[in-house]
Amino acid sequence: MFTQLLQLTANGLLLGAIYALNAMGLTLIFGVMEIINFAHGEFLMLAMYGAFFLNVWMGMGPYVAIVVVVPLFFVLGVAFQRLMIQPLLDSQEIAQIFATVGLSIVLSNGALFFFSADYQMVRTDYSLESLDLFGVYLGYTRIFAFAAVCMVALGLYLFMKRTYMGRAIRATAQDRRAAALMGVNVRRVYMITTGLGLACVGITGSVLSPIFSVFPSVGTQFGLIAFVVVVLGGMGNLAGAFFGGLIIGLVEAYSGFFLDPALKTVVYFVVFILILLVKPSGLFGSTVRENG
Amino acid sequence: MLEVSSLEVCYGDLVALSGLNLHVEQGRIVALLGSNGVGKTTLINTICGLFKPTKGSIVYQGTHLEREPAHRVVELGVVQVPEGRKLFPQMTVLENLQMGAYPPRARELAEESLDFVFGLLPRLKERTNQIAGTLSGGEQQMVALGRGLMARPRLLILDEPSLGLAPLVVQTIFETVRQVKETGITVLLVEQNVRQVLSFCDRAFVLENGCITLGGQGLELLDNPHVREAYLGM
Repeated sequence: MFTQLLQLTANGLLLGAIYALNAMGLTLIFGVMEIINFAHGEFLMLAMYGAFFLNVWMGMGPYVAIVVVVPLFFVLGVAFQRLMIQPLLDSQEIAQIFATVGLSIVLSNGALFFFSADYQMVRTDYSLESLDLFGVYLGYTRIFAFAAVCMVALGLYLFMKRTYMGRAIRATAQDRRAAALMGVNVRRVYMITTGLGLACVGITGSVLSPIFSVFPSVGTQFGLIAFVVVVLGGMGNLAGAFFGGLIIGLVEAYSGFFLDPALKTVVYFVVFILILLVKPSGLFGSTVRENG
Repeated sequence: MLEVSSLEVCYGDLVALSGLNLHVEQGRIVALLGSNGVGKTTLINTICGLFKPTKGSIVYQGTHLEREPAHRVVELGVVQVPEGRKLFPQMTVLENLQMGAYPPRARELAEESLDFVFGLLPRLKERTNQIAGTLSGGEQQMVALGRGLMARPRLLILDEPSLGLAPLVVQTIFETVRQVKETGITVLLVEQNVRQVLSFCDRAFVLENGCITLGGQGLELLDNPHVREAYLGM
């Protein structure tokens, strides 16, 4: 029983880490620009396809694919900000929602048209192998994903704390006009932030590609979880997204075992609602940006 | 150093400033006086590139500021300490100061600037790791002033630094402003605290209904009947 519990916890944490990284991309963009990117899940779908095609066409492993996908997604993020978000920044929220929801529909249907509805997956030699750690089995692909998440989280933390650009991003989130008065080029900060947000999505998609099948509507599922994690952790809060992701992963693993795998979504929404009832601003309140 | 000529700024149909002329000489403390809502903040935000004027020009050391975005104006050495401090509330004092040194020109000198700021405002040194939002009003104003100085300004614009502060703290702030001037930085001081400011500024201008109505040396204005009646209540 003890080993089983350990196994469940490990499964939950390994899965939760992927949710965490995905949510960090979403929360970063929201925290700085107060834009909710409803196309987030579809960008993840594109990243998974990216890793998949790099594997099929060029024989690249999913972890090598990161080197290609991440810069590509950074540039995609910059373009997305420049062409879609920036013109909408001062318009009504309804317009912002329509635009990103519209983009999500275009992307998933575009994927359906170009890539077909088939489930595809990156296969590697180690896809099915596990590490036996005192009776607890950890799949290699999940360990790699977990390691990638921890490295990105630590890297983002250091970037935000130690570098001028990182501090400028936080400053812009807290008071964009004051940041401009400090010499921060706010538009540039927005582009870099969105680039970083989508770079997180690029990594998530790559490490996810040998674990989950990719298909045109895969983004809906992961997008929804990302929203739950972001709200749970406190909107705009990176640490909140990290720990929120781990919590949702754990809840999913435990409920799948003790109740029924089909009920896992119900259970994590119940946990989600309970936490929000106690703490409406999310677990970590808000530290990237000012309240209100 | 700074020459504002026939400036007009509008918010939609509303004319906030019109036909405004202002001259700031290098190495001076120049005060801009006026009551609430006459356009003081509008004027300095326009100088700092946050608003674009509909007419007129702002020339700073030969460069037209009215065409520059806010971050470029800072790089050129015109730095504003905004009204209400506008600190980054969830950052520490040190991080706020470091944000001040954001312009590339200031970054290289950040260490040196920090020593300078701590020398000028020793209180901040004891508070380096405190979250800015938890400081008292006076301390926040000191951080705001220090943050402005970290940007290595040649022209420092202070928007109502005495607002909401206790008289003793106001004295400290004004004393610091005087020391700042001694280091060769030109200061444009926007204030409602007329009596105190007039007694130590080099020149002062009075802004009323969107244009400058009066200008002169500080002590001279202190004797001006209009100023005495309208701003000093005598």
